[in-house]
Amino acid sequence: MNSRVSQKIAFTVLFLSALVTILPVLLIIVVIVKNGISAISWEFLTAAPTNGMRSGGIFPAIVGTFYLALGATAISLPLGVMGGIYLSEYSKDNMFTRILKLGIVNLAGVPSIVYGLFGLSLFVIYLKFGVSLISGCLTLAIMELPSIITATQAALHSVPRSFREVSLSLGATKWQTIRHSVLPHALPGIITGAVLSNARITGETAPILFTVAAFYLPHLPSSVLDQVMALPYHLYVISTQIPGISKSTTYGTALVLIVFTLSLNLFGIILRTYLRRQKKW
Amino acid sequence: MMPKIQIKNLNLWYGKFQALIDVNTGIEEKKITSIIGPSGCGKSTLLRVLNRMNDLIEGIKTSGEIIIGKENILLPGTDLIKLRKNVGMVFQRPNPFPLSIRKNITFGLEIHSARSKDTLDEIIENSLKSVLLWDDLKDKLNSSALELTLEQQQRLCVARLLPVKPEILLMDEPCSSLDPIATGRIEELMFELKKNYTIVIVTHNMQQAARVSDDTGFMLLGKLVEFNKTEKIFTNPEKKETEDYITGRFG
Repeated sequence: MNSRVSQKIAFTVLFLSALVTILPVLLIIVVIVKNGISAISWEFLTAAPTNGMRSGGIFPAIVGTFYLALGATAISLPLGVMGGIYLSEYSKDNMFTRILKLGIVNLAGVPSIVYGLFGLSLFVIYLKFGVSLISGCLTLAIMELPSIITATQAALHSVPRSFREVSLSLGATKWQTIRHSVLPHALPGIITGAVLSNARITGETAPILFTVAAFYLPHLPSSVLDQVMALPYHLYVISTQIPGISKSTTYGTALVLIVFTLSLNLFGIILRTYLRRQKKW
Repeated sequence: MMPKIQIKNLNLWYGKFQALIDVNTGIEEKKITSIIGPSGCGKSTLLRVLNRMNDLIEGIKTSGEIIIGKENILLPGTDLIKLRKNVGMVFQRPNPFPLSIRKNITFGLEIHSARSKDTLDEIIENSLKSVLLWDDLKDKLNSSALELTLEQQQRLCVARLLPVKPEILLMDEPCSSLDPIATGRIEELMFELKKNYTIVIVTHNMQQAARVSDDTGFMLLGKLVEFNKTEKIFTNPEKKETEDYITGRFG
């Protein structure tokens, strides 16, 4: 075969393969927007569902998902950051550290439904939290943990070694060094990592299935021991359990969920760009 | 007079590799002592053992004594915080924190939560005056230290040490990333600092050692081959290796 022809073929195949990755994203967005946009109204966003969830709005589900995202991050961010600091700054390379690191990798690889069952048995049943906001937040927090630890480690790693040396040479303790001359410079990376991993867990259905999600609950939770509705589970319910629901309601809910997660992603990316620009070393 | 730093039978190993072999010497107070020698001879190791910065490396082992202010700083119970306040260090590359000039200087005070009669402003002014930066920088103390020239950054790194009141300054090739004019000015600064501080400088640059230092040590393969008055080392060295090195036969 002529080398010019083979070059053309290779280019075309590679280009099409790359194109394929963007196609599903575009199609998903087009299909959801096209079918769901007509459902979006002020009432849809601010009212509770009525008429067996066939009409009304999805406000409780939006608030529920918001609480879950917030609560999960409030738990996993401090834990993950502290764990990441330990692994990156304090731990020595020994058996214990290797087991810890293996644990993190495996935690990241656990299927989400297994998290759901784990949350059910530990938080809901054993610790008697019941099917509640706190059980759901804890379950999602555990799921979020590996990515926050990994983001923390990477961010700490990117802080130049000289910052640590200077600080120690000035007589600072190891903790002062981390606290004053390493952590502040790693914070942008940590925050960005947290926002992005938060966006990922927001759309999860399986972990909240048995731990928090309510089938139908037209009011807002009054304590952390209450159940909440959540967008992913609500979407699952109305598309499988409610016969005769209008297509636009289902797609409208999907649209809200996807806008929710994409705007978190977008926020993370903007934050990262902004904070990177502040860095000068 | 007792030397400021007294090194006795100092040996140091990185794992199985012996980096310092039976080093014995005394470093005089308020003098500039330079340590010269080819790459890998152990001169940076010798410098970094004086404030125990080598401790950061795993698998390090020492024997012998280093006496600073009547204490053997190699003993396991040594207060490293006190030691490092007393023995400040300037690194090869200027490495100010990416903070304001003011914050760079007050960093040491903040971590030691030091109380002092002087106000912060006075401390900043005095520190910058000591490194001859005050006139240039007094109107922009809040701008980023990274906007300064490399020479100014290196001066700032010296100024950053002063608020915690060290007696000894260690300089690890402080001019290696500077141009000759900036190098000259840092050397002038060293003369100025000598009035109040004991300075130990490691340098690749033999001319620099000849210009600035009172005493010079020549190291080779972990051994301190010769230690003497700078003039003597550069005009009439006792050892053959020293003469070969300073006349440029190797290194």
